[in-house]
Amino acid sequence: MHSTTALLIEVGALLFALGMLGRISRRFGLSPIPLYLLAGLAFGQGGLRPLPASTEFIEVGAEIGVILLLVMLGLEYSASELVGNLRSAAPAGVIDALLNALPGAAFAFLLGWSWEAALVLAGITWVSSSGVIAKVLGDLGRLGNRETPVILSILVIEDLAMAFYLPLVTAVLAGVGLLGGVKALSVAVLTVIAVLVVAIRYGHAISSFISVKDPEALLLSVLGLTLFVAGVAAQLQVSAAVGAFLVGIALSGPVAHNATQILTPLRDLFAAVFFVFFGLSTDPAAMPAVLLPALGLAVLTMLTKVFTGGLAARRAGIALPGQVRAGLALMPRGEFSIVIAGLAVASGVEPELAPLATAYVLITVVTGPLLARLTDYTWFKAMVRKRMVLRRPVEPVTAAE
Amino acid sequence: MRVRVEQTSLPGIGVRHDLITSSGRTVGVVSHRNGRRDLVLYDVDDPDACLASIPLTDDEAEALADVLGASLMLGQLAGLRQQAAGLLTEQVALPAGSPFVGRRLGDTRARTRTSASIVAVLRDREVIASPGPSFQFEANDVVVAVGTRDGLDGVTAILAGDTGD
Repeated sequence: MHSTTALLIEVGALLFALGMLGRISRRFGLSPIPLYLLAGLAFGQGGLRPLPASTEFIEVGAEIGVILLLVMLGLEYSASELVGNLRSAAPAGVIDALLNALPGAAFAFLLGWSWEAALVLAGITWVSSSGVIAKVLGDLGRLGNRETPVILSILVIEDLAMAFYLPLVTAVLAGVGLLGGVKALSVAVLTVIAVLVVAIRYGHAISSFISVKDPEALLLSVLGLTLFVAGVAAQLQVSAAVGAFLVGIALSGPVAHNATQILTPLRDLFAAVFFVFFGLSTDPAAMPAVLLPALGLAVLTMLTKVFTGGLAARRAGIALPGQVRAGLALMPRGEFSIVIAGLAVASGVEPELAPLATAYVLITVVTGPLLARLTDYTWFKAMVRKRMVLRRPVEPVTAAE
Repeated sequence: MRVRVEQTSLPGIGVRHDLITSSGRTVGVVSHRNGRRDLVLYDVDDPDACLASIPLTDDEAEALADVLGASLMLGQLAGLRQQAAGLLTEQVALPAGSPFVGRRLGDTRARTRTSASIVAVLRDREVIASPGPSFQFEANDVVVAVGTRDGLDGVTAILAGDTGD
């Protein structure tokens, strides 16, 4: 069989299967990410049915998928939102980082892994999935809730922190050591600050350079610019993903809005390929061994996320039910954790990392949105209310003093 | 009295505006960056949570704003007919042969003569609220008037041109 023909058949069948899986997951109101990962596991090395002809295509597609995920993330935020949010949300962001990254790092050391692997696992357990969480909040009709800005600002801080974390990890995994990592980090810090300043001051000028009227020209110029900058960033060891994220931030106004609409289908396509690719590069045979550790890590870090969200909401003056909602909503990890794990897998730092990360993301991304719904049940509301009533008599005493 | 409308930014999504009514309820609007908007109503028991989030299309939002705003209130009054103290609202179509087609509202001297007020004119499904004396009538206008039964009958008669003058 001609290799292109085989490629078409494999990719076509794969995408169709993903489409069906996506449909199933939506019927149950779940994120399709776990099913894509499972599909990748099934088709990969040692899986049910390997796809030899399309490996290269999927690999390139996965790279584009990461870039598109990140540029879309950047497009969602304006530079002024990122900076304006920073001061008020910084304490919550720091608590979030400490409470969620440290357990990951500690866990890696517990397993006897290298410090590079610990750095990676810290990142995986730290970042929540802004995509999944924003969707869950929208689906549950909670965008108007008063704890929602708290949740969103934690997500913003995490996403912004990734712009510094990813270059560090990229450099460290490239084997340049801690010093090289620090160098890459400082390049990243300068670049991010420069982009933010330029985007706030001249964002409109940059955006007006790109025409909104012609969808074809808009698609090509935004996609071209993103891939180009991502490539240059990768060349500088600042991580392609961060380059793409910065392009997204620099674009604003109608260009950002129209680019979002045009790029969304492309992102959906290539992001799905990326999740499959990650599953492909994970050996299913390695999964059972890491299942228990992953479960333990998931439970531990989900609890720390609940605590983080609750604490941040409490600081914003939100009552107990809202604190619980904020905490539970923050639980799912997703695309970012896989992006980080993907970097580690590509560099071959720790063979058990990929299966652990897969299992971890599978667990959190499935249970997270389900647990977020918990607060809508009447028995849960009643339970929380009871606690509030129990606590209430204490408060006036402190207020009187 | 001015009502305090609070604005909260929702990074990555848009902004939320909300206000607390004098009855203690919180109502808000979430405006999405992509132009979508939701009307949100908050829970009385748990003021941080919204009870309902109702997406509104552009047309629906505009219609709702009109209903809430003064302009449509006047138009709606015509349909309500539930006025206090014998005050009534009526829609009076300007008859085709009316002497006032092309003339100004002030020329009717309707208020002076009948003590009923012309509060709005409906033209081509649009509401022209509180027209001034210099407002010019056109054929097919529908006049919304508020007054007593006698006053309204007077306005009808004036517009039809059969008042004897």
